Amino acid sequence: MKGDANTTYDDAAPAPITVDLQLSVNDQLYPVTVDTRETLLDTLRGRLDLTGAKKGCDHGQCGACTVLVDGRRVVSCLTLTVSVDDRTITTVEGLGSGGALHPLQKAFIDHDALQCGFCTPGQLCSAAGVLAEAAAGWPSLVTPRSPPGAGPEAAGCSHDPAAPPHDPAARALPDGPPEPVRLGEEEIRERMSGNLCRCGAYPGIVAAIAEVAR
Amino acid sequence: MTVTGSRHVGSALDRVDAVEKVTGRARYAYDNAPAGLVHAVPVQATIARGEILEVDVDAILKRPGVVAAIWHGNAPRLPSADEELAVLQSRRVAYRGQYVAVVVAETLEDARNAARLLRVEYAAEEHDVELRADHPRMYRPERVNAGYATDTEDGDPDAALASAPVVVDAVYSTPAEHNNPMEPHATIAEWDGDGLTVHEPTQGASSLRASLGSLFGMPPAHVRVVSPYVGGGFGAKLKILPHVVIAALAAKQVGRPVKLAVTRRQMFAVTGYRTPTIQRVRLGAEAGGRLVAITHDVYEQTSIVAEFAEQAAVPSRMMYAAPHRRTTHRLVRLDVPTPSYMRGPGETPGMFALESAMDELAIACGVDPVELRVRNEPETDPESGLPFSSRNLVACLREGARRFGWAGRDPEPGVRRGGRLLVGTGVAASTYPAYRAPSSASARAEPDGRFTVRLAAADIGTGARTILAQIAADTLRTSPGLVVVELGDSALPSAVVAGGSMGSASWGTAVVRACEALRDRLEAAGGAVPPGGLEATADTTQEVRAQEPFARHAFGAQFAEVGVDADTGETRVLRLLGVFAAGRILNPTTARSQFIGGMTMGLSMALLEESIMDREFGDYLNHDLAQYHIAGCADVRDVQAFWVEEDDSHLNPMGSKGIGEIGIVGTAAAIANAVHHATGVRIRDLPIRMDKLVR
Ligand code: FES
Ligand code: FES
Repeated sequence: MKGDANTTYDDAAPAPITVDLQLSVNDQLYPVTVDTRETLLDTLRGRLDLTGAKKGCDHGQCGACTVLVDGRRVVSCLTLTVSVDDRTITTVEGLGSGGALHPLQKAFIDHDALQCGFCTPGQLCSAAGVLAEAAAGWPSLVTPRSPPGAGPEAAGCSHDPAAPPHDPAARALPDGPPEPVRLGEEEIRERMSGNLCRCGAYPGIVAAIAEVAR
Repeated sequence: MTVTGSRHVGSALDRVDAVEKVTGRARYAYDNAPAGLVHAVPVQATIARGEILEVDVDAILKRPGVVAAIWHGNAPRLPSADEELAVLQSRRVAYRGQYVAVVVAETLEDARNAARLLRVEYAAEEHDVELRADHPRMYRPERVNAGYATDTEDGDPDAALASAPVVVDAVYSTPAEHNNPMEPHATIAEWDGDGLTVHEPTQGASSLRASLGSLFGMPPAHVRVVSPYVGGGFGAKLKILPHVVIAALAAKQVGRPVKLAVTRRQMFAVTGYRTPTIQRVRLGAEAGGRLVAITHDVYEQTSIVAEFAEQAAVPSRMMYAAPHRRTTHRLVRLDVPTPSYMRGPGETPGMFALESAMDELAIACGVDPVELRVRNEPETDPESGLPFSSRNLVACLREGARRFGWAGRDPEPGVRRGGRLLVGTGVAASTYPAYRAPSSASARAEPDGRFTVRLAAADIGTGARTILAQIAADTLRTSPGLVVVELGDSALPSAVVAGGSMGSASWGTAVVRACEALRDRLEAAGGAVPPGGLEATADTTQEVRAQEPFARHAFGAQFAEVGVDADTGETRVLRLLGVFAAGRILNPTTARSQFIGGMTMGLSMALLEESIMDREFGDYLNHDLAQYHIAGCADVRDVQAFWVEEDDSHLNPMGSKGIGEIGIVGTAAAIANAVHHATGVRIRDLPIRMDKLVR
């Protein structure tokens, strides 16, 4: 094993490439110069001092870094900053308005949907994304499907062996805009499963989101 | 001992730091950015055993932004250090993933890239990373964790087993498991003259300060540890870890503040984990289920550089009345990362074995598993002979059975179907010691009616800030809204770690005593607070040392209902219900969250968690959250926690027992027992994977 190296490299050491951008975060414009290798998560935290979004894994596996880009949730650790310069970014710091808590933030407190709080900013942004996705009628794996036979998965079972059988008539007209998805507990659990919480605050998180979704 | 009055203690006060946490304002260690900081990225060994021959520092120093590259060849020498903490002090590699170098650069991107490219040459040696009960180098450690005796023996267990009408003799095993708090470890280290300040998520600022002081050969007063928010710990942030030393060394070397974040993948080698265990349990009983003998023999691993002996057989010493008992612990030093504390060390894997064996005994005797445990309830602690300060396991079992709907359960395994699911229920008992350790605190009154309580405690998500405000408010006869609790800073009065479920009991005692002393001063001052405020302090060393001898433990009963897919073997926990007896519950909101959090981690342990050792490379293979699975939202459906009231005056002024760990103890056994009830298959080797059920 002699001479084994962690890796090999060539000696040419190109200088990092930087780009000037205007980021729109929480209704504020931030002119920044970023390294092209930089993730949105590192830019938010390191350059804008918006440290609400957390780095739990840096690999898109935990959801702690979740923020909203144009209202949709993304894992900011897998988003390069250079790719979002013309987009609208919302972090946990921008969820509430005018100093008031967002209804989700209030519900998280009421249901004690947090312990250490480290996953909480990601859970909240993710939850805000879930509310919007459901309102827009986006189905999840456990959403009752309609019309029957429409998709490749329509004939299959839910991944959840204990789930009640699908009710094909429950959702969506064949034509026209999709009907909003009702966010029951199972829907919420499914849609929130990209956000890990090692403290195990899931029951509170689900209850909090269900309350706001009502 | 008096139990303090309770206007606020026991009430469901919202977490006092909840607004900080839901708005993202709470500053965790890594959220700090002192001016002029540089980024450090450590490099880990790619061999499991051997020597570092050379590190190509010169080439890496030419890379953009690189400020320093440090390894054994050029690292500042530490005055003294145990082997695990003697980072960059030797050429030896004791496990794969051990730190061998660190690169410091102006930006995180530059540091990461340079660390990736750093060329390290090794002379590798044969490694041995496989735990086997019959490993020839098994040895008997002097003591096991928390200071318990390694082995115990009472009566003649072998003879009792030989003549017992019913015997259960089985081997249970649990895999290596990693704590994985959501917040990875991170350090910001900054030297100022002779003084060192570190921002570090820690479960014990005072003890980290002491460790750093002795490592760098300076008085503790020259070290400050700042840690107001901690993103979970579960034992992983209990003691000083090597990355803190690297960050401090690097900061010293480069003369600038250094920020070092351990990555999730790195954590699997360098931040501790629960040792895998192999446990043989033998139970001898009369036909009616009365135990005559318990033996519990445990085999575990530790690393070459440090000994950690998990006390897995210790709960078998006090759980049940059996006149003949033996417990043993054996360890083997392997070329593996150093195991450490993980939520309920000892009790968690140990009770999986014991409570699985009890279920097997219940079946062997044809006795209901709840009833079996009731029949074996001891009068006094079987180990010490001491009276229990309170022991309400039976009440937990009865109350749990009632709430869960246990009555009328058909014990026949593998006969209940709901669609594709085989359905079953199981029960297990839990226990955890009620420790208390010396701590100090100060309490201060301001002329405007507000109070500040200070101590170097840690709130790692437990709700310590909240319950300490409640405790102080009651003692000071004010409202919690007028009490500010400052914690998480070693500059505050010294306090014991958040570990061993002893935080509330230890810190609460100190807070009560400091507030009482302040009350006396206020009375002496005629009730008026002078313009400069009034302050009092307390140190509970004497009080804690003088506590009367009792066996102090919390107990619980956990009930599980599972559904196992008859075709795939996929197991889902349909319901989990725990009832606990843990003294007085200080805040039902935060307590429920802690119990449920512990049970959730137990569910995760039962079905998902397993760090797989790669024999070839000596590495934990599945070292990230995509491959090391912890319970996600969809895994956790119906988890409920309740408690029975306990009025125990032998504990502390609050009458509380710790609740941080007992929730996980017993959960895995309850689930495994339910899986047996559902399927007829006994899983003795965690986790309960599909391939073990479908054969
Ligand atoms: S930090 Fe982005 S998903 Fe974990
Ligand atoms: S609250 Fe601690 S990880 Fe979710």
